[in-house]
Formats: sequence, structure tokens, C-alpha cells
Amino acid sequence: MITSPLRRLVIAASPHLRGPASTPVIMWNVVGSLVPIVAAATYFFGPSALLVVFAATLGAVVTEHVFGKGTSISDGSAAITGMLLGLTLPAGMPMWMAFIGGAFGIGFGKVLFGGLGYNVFNPALFGRAFLQAAFPVAITTWPAVGGATKWWSLRGDNFALPLISAHTDAITAATPLGLMKFESKGTALFNLFVGNTGGSLGETSAVLILLCGGYLAWRQFLNWRIPLSIVATVALFATMLHVANAKYPTAPFMLFSGGLMLGAMFMATDMVTSPVTNAGKWLFGLGIGVLVVVIRVWGGLPEGVMYAILLMNALVPFINKATQPRVFGTRHAMEAAR
Amino acid sequence: MSILSLRGRAFRHGVHPPEFKELTASRPIRRMPYPSEVVIPLRQHAGKPARLVVREGDRVLRGDVLGVADGFVSAPVHASASGRIVEIGLWPHPDGTMDTAVRIEVEPFSPQVPRPRLVPRWEDLGAEQIVEAVQQGGVVGLGGAAFPTHVKLAPPRDVHVETIILNGAECEPYLTTDHRIMVEYPERVQLGARIMLRTLGARRVVIGIEKNKPDAIDALERTLPADIDVSVLPLTVKYPQGAEKMLIHAVTGREVPSGKLPVSLGVMVQNVGSAASIAEIFETGLPLVERIVTVSGPGVREPSNLIVPVGTKVGDLLAACGGLTDDAEEIIFGGPMMGVAQSSLDVPIVKGTTGVVVLTAPQVNPADAYPCIRCGRCLDACPVFLNPSALAELARASRYEEMDAMHLMDCMLCGSCSYVCPSKIPLSQLFQASKSALRRRKAVPA
Repeated sequence: MITSPLRRLVIAASPHLRGPASTPVIMWNVVGSLVPIVAAATYFFGPSALLVVFAATLGAVVTEHVFGKGTSISDGSAAITGMLLGLTLPAGMPMWMAFIGGAFGIGFGKVLFGGLGYNVFNPALFGRAFLQAAFPVAITTWPAVGGATKWWSLRGDNFALPLISAHTDAITAATPLGLMKFESKGTALFNLFVGNTGGSLGETSAVLILLCGGYLAWRQFLNWRIPLSIVATVALFATMLHVANAKYPTAPFMLFSGGLMLGAMFMATDMVTSPVTNAGKWLFGLGIGVLVVVIRVWGGLPEGVMYAILLMNALVPFINKATQPRVFGTRHAMEAAR
Repeated sequence: MSILSLRGRAFRHGVHPPEFKELTASRPIRRMPYPSEVVIPLRQHAGKPARLVVREGDRVLRGDVLGVADGFVSAPVHASASGRIVEIGLWPHPDGTMDTAVRIEVEPFSPQVPRPRLVPRWEDLGAEQIVEAVQQGGVVGLGGAAFPTHVKLAPPRDVHVETIILNGAECEPYLTTDHRIMVEYPERVQLGARIMLRTLGARRVVIGIEKNKPDAIDALERTLPADIDVSVLPLTVKYPQGAEKMLIHAVTGREVPSGKLPVSLGVMVQNVGSAASIAEIFETGLPLVERIVTVSGPGVREPSNLIVPVGTKVGDLLAACGGLTDDAEEIIFGGPMMGVAQSSLDVPIVKGTTGVVVLTAPQVNPADAYPCIRCGRCLDACPVFLNPSALAELARASRYEEMDAMHLMDCMLCGSCSYVCPSKIPLSQLFQASKSALRRRKAVPA
């Protein structure tokens, strides 16, 4: 016999080895990959961008901390929600509104459903939908890039007090999608690509979003099938329309304007609110792509990414059910229980 | 454990745990000294346990029968060392239960010579006699499942085995048992293949070996017989390549239908160690009383491949490997993916024990579990294409009938889903519990 140096023997279920992937690591990597996008927004819109993103993130994180379960802010998902929400807002948005948006997105969009893993809708977009309903003017007041005289001057009344401050004017500019829809004017593609256009904070630099999203896809922190499916669908659908009638915008314009890139890379890919099967991910992207083009071209709004994703979020349980994998050694897909 | 093992490769399913085989892959098999006592459980195989035929106080020689096969799907167990039976009673079993075992006090300085016996020439035997001899030899699947080998050599009359697959994949991390058998005893493996081929009247033998064992592939290719159709098939290195269904798919390109046995495709799979064991029965006449065991892991001072008498207590085996390190925490029978953690150093090595792996604190400490974020990694990992994410949710709600409809019973508990889960959800543990619950419900209709 050996004299055992064991103070105790650990008894655990197999497998006794675990892979390196970790949910907080995934989440904090997403947070990290949003930082360059926030930095670009700050470059284009000055300190107002930082203030808006900060307020939205604070609203999200505080709400998660107060109402969420246990140490749930440490998993990083609330920070993602706040930053993403901030990036969907215009630079001149009062901070208190951004804060409320973050709080609403987490509180009603996530915690109420049971917290991380149980929410049906993307909490950032849930918060933005609320803001759009509550403050339709503030959320569509788009400051022009470089519209301010100095880089550090505010692009709107960021420090307005809740409900009592009068709205102050800022130099505004229509978004490329607004120009297209309401004035039938185009925008130079290069400006769209680099981000030198009006719009909400994260709607601007397509190239940066592609780089940051590409990093996440490479690390397998987001599933590439969803953005690829969205982009391919929009490109195909837009090209078909443009070929049929030249008054419709071209595919590159559709792809690089508005919130499409940010939505496709960072919001539609939210794992909790997208399908779990690979076939479902392709379908989900297809649905978003079709809805985006339909809303932009025939809808009453210039931009449709938010509603397209929220609508498809609602269909995720059905998509999961319809795309269950075929079990090894059977001909048919398994019978889905949910 | 690097993220590199998961990055950049688009595998349809399966996972790539670190292999850790370098600890023992090049260490020749050596014989461990006889321990002072061996404890031999009567249940060391799938099917009915052996029926006891000895009494306390009896003196037995190495190779003597302790329990006889109780029916066709059963196998006898034999004394692995000469000595006196000091106790027959309940003893800790490697599966975590207590079960009847025969404790033998080993005679010190005994030459451990078995009784003289007649060893028949296998060439002179008919198929039924070979099956009988294999059963009497107590040969069971040495790859872990311990299914009595002779049962597979006598399939029902209405099916015919065309292809025999020898499983040398050994996809579990750390384990090098089959690897060393193939490198050191390739002729024995080939003889076992020949005996099985003739017994079954099969057409060909395919030996599947993961590509990370080039010396084993070499050894078996050098010893390929010219007169029968035996070939070596190098396999992709991925877990669980050695699972029966995955191996059959790799060799034949066909999927074993859900709920059916491999023989429905005309295929029989045997572990390479079992093949060598069959050959040994006809070479020496000695029944299966010892097996080769890899003892490895960061918690073992001298990782080794050892010939171990069945019934050796794991404490004695570890002592023969220099003992445990100070930070050893978990002792696993089998590999780290599917093996069973042991609660005592008194648990005996049985015929189905492929290895003993000792892990240390950094590997054992469980990470915090997070809620399922539906990332879908488990679906991409599952080798039988289940939806572990949805199954886990049903398991927590005890909705076993719905899990059954989602093919829970096709889950082979390989652990791939748990391995990849970023939220560290104990998926395969949930499925193991659900499978037993479902079996109980099916056995006793409500």
C-alpha cells in the first residue's frame, strides 16, 4: 500500500477535462471588440458619443446589478447591451434618455424574462424600441459629422435634465438612408464605408465593424453564419430590385448604410436570441435580410434593421423547432420538444 | 489546453481535447510486481455476473476459476494470483457501487505458475468450440465496455458478419494501452484477427488506428498476413473516433441505425486488446487474469504502461508507479472524458479498466456554471447530432418522455457537449441521470 498524500479524493462526473471556452470570456471579448467602434464614434462625433454610450451602459449595468441574479454583471452581458444600445443612438441624445433606454432594455427586456439565457428579444434593441416610442424626436435628431465647430463641443444637449429642459438646437444632418428615402439623394460609397456620414453612433464605420466582428468570428465568439446570411440576402435582394428598377438603391448602399453592419455583426449574432441550430442561423439571417430591405424600401421608416431583428427574435423558437438536426442513424430530424 | 485546439478547423462533429499521450506513448509495457492481495469482483462484464464456485479458505492457483459463466451472456472470472481466499463479500467496485468480490491473500515468493492444462490448436477447432474456448477464457471487451467477447463471435443465425473492425483508435486523452499493445504485440493482434475471421466466416478485417500512433500503424502494416484480407486504416485524430458507431462510419461510410446493433450492417467491432487476448488464450492456455493498464496523468510520479493482475487494488498499482504527487486530487478509471472517478484506493482493477488517470487541482477545480446562452457549440460537437442544449433544459424539468422523443437514448455519454460548453453546464451528467430515469420508467410502466 502507499501512504496517500491525498487529503481528499475528488469525485466528479465525466468528462473530467473541460474545454477552454467560457461564457464570461466570450462576453468580455465582445465588449472589447466594441471599444474601437465607440472610439471611432467619438472621433466622428466628439465627447458626446462617449457620454451617450456611457449613460446607456450605466443604465444597463446598474439595472442588472440591482435586479439581476447574483453576480450577473460580472458575465459582461449587461455591458454589451448598454454599449450596443448607446451605439444605436444619436450623439446629441440627452444622457438621461440613454440611461433609461439601457435600464429598460435590461429590466424589461432581460431580467423580467429570467436573466441571461432566457430573454426572447435582444435587450439592446428592446431598449432602443422603447426609446423610439418614448422620445421619437430626440432619437431621430442626427448631428452632422464635423458639424460642430470644435471636436470637443457637444453635439446636442447631452446634459439636459429629465423632462424639464427645453430642447436646444444642434447642427443636424439627414442620414444617408433618410436622404435616400425622403429626398432620393445618394451618398458617396466611400464615405459610407469609412463612416464619415450622419447617423447614430455605430451606424457609421462599416469597415471598423467588419474588422471587429471578423475578430469575434475568428475566435468563434460569434457565429459567422448569421452575418453572412444577412449580408448575402440583402445584397441579393437589393440587386434584384435595383436591376428591376434603378430608383431602388444598389446593394453596396444598402449594405454600408444605416445600422445594417452593426446589427448583422453584433445584434443578430446575440447567441441567446438567435437560433441554436446552424440551419436555423442561416434561416434567421435570411429573414432579417428580407425584412430589412422590405422595411427600408416599402416601409414608412428609413431604417428597418431594429424591427427586422426584433421580429426574427420572436420567431427563434419556431426556427429552432423546424431545424432540429437529423439524429445519427435516423432518416428524419428528431421530434422537437420545443 | 489551448484555444488553438478548437480554432480554425471546421469539423462536422467531435472535439479535440489535448491528447497528453506523450507521458506514456513511448514507455514499453512492464510487469508490475504481485501485490500482497487481490480483490476480484464477480461482475466484471456486461451481462450476468459470474456464479461463485469457491469458498473462503480455499487455496487457488493463478488461472483457477472463481466464478463460472452464468448463462451465455456472461463470462467466468479467474484467480489472477496464487494464494488463499481470505474473504468473499462486498467490496468497492469501480462503478461506484459495492459488489461481491473474492479477496485472495497472495502467496509471497510464489512463482505464480498456473495449473498445467491442455491448450488446443485453434486451427483444429470448429466455430462453436472456439466460441466456447473464448468464453471459458473469460475474455471480455478490453476497450472499457467489457461486453463478453464470445457473444459477438456467435451472432444470430439470420445475420452475417462481413467486416470485422479492430478498434485501435484509442481516442481518450492519456491512454496508451492499445497503442503499446499494437506496437509490442502486433503478431498477437493479427492472430486474434485471424481467429475471429475464421470463426465468423467474415470477408475482411479492418484495423482502425488514429494517425497520432504512426508506430502502431507501422507495426501492424509490417505484420499484415498475405493470405487473408486484413488492412490498416489510419483515422482522423478526433474524439470520440473510437466510439463504435463513429468507427463503423469511418470504415464503412454507413451509420448504424438508431437503436440497432452494428451487426445489422454486417459489422462487428472488437478492441485490439481483446483480439490479442483471444490469441493469448490459444497461445498459453491461460485465461484472462491480467491486462495492460496505462497509469498516467500529472498526479502520478512515474506514468507507465503495466501488465496488471486483475483485482490489483488501485493503491498498489499507483505505488508501483512511484506513488501520487502531493497535488493529486482525482483518480479516474478509464480516460478523462468518459472514465469514472474513484472514491477509494482499495477499488480493484477489473478486466474493463483501460487506464488509471490521476488529475491534479488545476484540472479538477470546476469553473462556475453560467446559464445556457444557446451558442450551439454542443450541437456542433455532438457526434450523434443531438441537441444537448434543448435536452438539458428538458432534463432539468424531468421531462424524460420528451427527451426520449429527441433521441436521448442515442446519447453515448461521450462528454463532447460538456467539454465544449462555455457555460460549463454538466450536460452529459444530466443525460446520464435522465437515461437511467427513462430506463426505470420504461421498465415499470406507470
